[in-house]
Amino acid sequence: MNELPTKSYLNDPKGLKSWLLTLDHKRIGLLYLFSIMAAFALGGIFAMLIRLELLSPGKDFMEADTYNQLFTLHGAIMIFLFIIPSIPAILGNFALPLMIGAKDVAFPRLNLASWYIYILGSAFAVYSMVAGAADTGWTFYTPYSTETTTSVISMTLGAFILGFSSIFTGLNFIVTIHKLRSPGMSWFKMPLFVWGLYATAIIQVLATPVLGITLLLLIIERVAGIGIFDPAMGGDPVLYQHFFWFYSHPAVYIMILPGMGIISELISVFSNKKIFGYKAIAFSSLGIAFVSFLVWGHHMFVSGQSELAAMIFSFLTFFVGIPSGIKVFNWVTTMYRGSISLKTPMLYALSFLFLFTIGGLTGIFLGALSVDVHLHDTYFIVAHFHYVMMGGTVMAFLGGVHYWWPKIWGRMYSELWARISVALIFVGFNVTFFSQFILGSQGMPRRYYNYLDQYQPLHAFSTYGSWILGLGFVIMAVYLVHSLFKGRVAGSNPWGALTFEWTTASPPPHENFATIPETTHGPYDFDKIVPKRTLTED
Amino acid sequence: MAQATGQPHFLQHHFTDVEQQRESAKLGMWIFLITEVLLFGGLFCAYAIYRSWNPDIFHNAHVHLDIFAGTLNTVVLITSSVTMALAIRSMQLGNRPATLKFLITTLLLAAVFLVVKYFEYSHKIHLGQLPGKFYTFGGIEGTNPHIFFSVYFLMTGLHGFHVLAGMGVITWLIVRTQRNAFSAEYYTPVEMTGLYWHLVDLIWIFLFPLFYLVG
Amino acid sequence: MKNGSSHSHHILPPRVYLGVGAALLILTAITVAVSFFNFGPYNLLVAMLIAAGKASLVALFFMHLKYDNKLYMTIFVASVVFLAVFIILTMFDTLRRDDIYDIGAGPIRDRAVMYDSVAVDSTITGADSIEAVSDTTINQSPGQ
Repeated sequence: MNELPTKSYLNDPKGLKSWLLTLDHKRIGLLYLFSIMAAFALGGIFAMLIRLELLSPGKDFMEADTYNQLFTLHGAIMIFLFIIPSIPAILGNFALPLMIGAKDVAFPRLNLASWYIYILGSAFAVYSMVAGAADTGWTFYTPYSTETTTSVISMTLGAFILGFSSIFTGLNFIVTIHKLRSPGMSWFKMPLFVWGLYATAIIQVLATPVLGITLLLLIIERVAGIGIFDPAMGGDPVLYQHFFWFYSHPAVYIMILPGMGIISELISVFSNKKIFGYKAIAFSSLGIAFVSFLVWGHHMFVSGQSELAAMIFSFLTFFVGIPSGIKVFNWVTTMYRGSISLKTPMLYALSFLFLFTIGGLTGIFLGALSVDVHLHDTYFIVAHFHYVMMGGTVMAFLGGVHYWWPKIWGRMYSELWARISVALIFVGFNVTFFSQFILGSQGMPRRYYNYLDQYQPLHAFSTYGSWILGLGFVIMAVYLVHSLFKGRVAGSNPWGALTFEWTTASPPPHENFATIPETTHGPYDFDKIVPKRTLTED
Repeated sequence: MAQATGQPHFLQHHFTDVEQQRESAKLGMWIFLITEVLLFGGLFCAYAIYRSWNPDIFHNAHVHLDIFAGTLNTVVLITSSVTMALAIRSMQLGNRPATLKFLITTLLLAAVFLVVKYFEYSHKIHLGQLPGKFYTFGGIEGTNPHIFFSVYFLMTGLHGFHVLAGMGVITWLIVRTQRNAFSAEYYTPVEMTGLYWHLVDLIWIFLFPLFYLVG
Repeated sequence: MKNGSSHSHHILPPRVYLGVGAALLILTAITVAVSFFNFGPYNLLVAMLIAAGKASLVALFFMHLKYDNKLYMTIFVASVVFLAVFIILTMFDTLRRDDIYDIGAGPIRDRAVMYDSVAVDSTITGADSIEAVSDTTINQSPGQ
């Protein structure tokens, strides 16, 4: 009964040039989708290789130096090329103007520029791979990063350039949200994903410039030896860490906040119930964005910062738990007595709730000064941030991709294979990373090439998990590509959601809406309105 | 598309009216400016820390900066801010010749600033008052006096780069004004460049006393 | 739409710009003049207060913050606040890093503090055995 529209943003206009010079936010979102997925695949392959090497102690198939380069590349690519741009640049670009009833983002040319800058930055990062990849870890800590002979400069220059891409996206989103909402859409009628993107954008524009100056200083230090981070010349290497984490701690909220926004959409839509505590969720996003700037020193508890600073940072860190907790409680309460439909996006949302809660709570352990001194630089840290970043952001991202997939392409993926893939990813993820919590609490240091025999069973367990995880992603790639050609036609509103993007055709026309939509109800008023679903149950 | 609906030619398709487009540009510009504040902020932080650790060096080294050149440059930049503001005002009134006159004055003042800076820099290079390992000057007491010059060259260098970038944009404005691209209805690029130029001035207002006066 | 649109085409008379420019030049002269006097630790404060005054004039009049939508003012002030947070929290570290040298070692106790509040009953043989065990642990540890 559903049919694809004959003209949509996908085929009007045609031609490679019309894609490479497009100013359409939906197409730019897709350009980002393909390039960021390539980066994700690359980072994922590095992760699999790292786990394979760690299957048994000592050398399995790569040298220690290669191993150091691989975990650096895995970290740098996953952070700078994948997870920071992932949700805002792909899903945000695609969905934000649609959700607020706008024709485009405020600055379409800046938007396209941000993608080219992303490609340029990625080129530098890829170049550093072939030119003797950096082996400093993704944090580029001085003094090692100024002394190693590997290609630190092209990698940091890449990250520096990628920063501009991130700033442009954030700037564009703030202006779009302020100025381009359709008539009647007041701040508290905006979908919560938009609130998440707004809070993210604030961090992007406030924190990223500091990363820029930090990496610039590192490059100048390395090239010219100005001594600003060199203790032998009166400089201070710990200052580098302050600079770096003033950006990079807020950056982890750049990664998680838009994910939280997606979860708010998914939980409400698939529980067919009005979101509980709309304002609390909206303001807690801003709260997290604000607190994120006050806690960076908790990465430096054993770096030799003053005890006073360590205590202040530890104390402030606990405040992050409050807005995060508010969100989790509101999501759970939204589901209570809802009519829950366990479609693939909802399965990702539930995985998020479970894994993010573990990741968040272990973060509270690590924020406690005395506990962190023991757990610092162990696998416990590695497990913690993978639970937050992968169990949190990546799950939300995948949930969002599966949620908006029918809107992006007009076609549905195979629900059966999608569920198999969720199950594999969920199980594989926990096998891979829960074992690392145990390893870390037993004292296994992170970033080590070799380890004691007593850690071998858990390391092997973790590596087996990575294979399950990898299989899940391969299946996903297959059924998603398959759906582009053979998928059922989804219709405009396959999930029965109430936000604007589901009122226009799937895929949407170039101008998004035939007429600019007026806000007549809230984004989650499932108690007042029964949305018409265009796709029946399987 | 725009002409067909009777809208002005400079209105982009995704805005409903000129006012919305103008306010969007202005908000975007302000957000860009705060990224500049934070970019310089990192260096201000470095200044604060190294000064608090080495107050004697900063004091002994700052007397080697030329207060006259610094004051001259401050006067030049403030004057250029006034002419920039007047250029915007002239365009708001649709007075194209006056706009051109003020923009060219601003550009010339910016060039004067960089020329003065050039003489200061070359004097420092000549004496070896340079950052890090390039430091060869012998006349300052204390350990690691080069730290002061590292911070000095980083901050004034980054600021100088912004002046240079501003000159590029102002040159583009002059060309566009000559081609009659702006009017009393549409002068957003002039206004945005003005905001940028005032921020460059504003940062210098802090750099000047921090380096030349109190050290 | 929102507030601010009525102010957007606010055109100021030239005397405002010239007056503010004159004020900035006068403040420059003042800050240079006072730099030749030594107020000791207040040198920096005086210079920064004057600079802040000049910066406010530039922001309020040249950059039109006084007349424009207050959103721009909020954004600008917020950036300065976050910059202050950055510098102040970093200085909590850099200014107090040497405190660690003032921390003297306490006396080495022969039993853990947690046992202080426990009434030790010498008739219970367990108390002795705890000490005995801990002693042997201490004695053995360097060798391991």
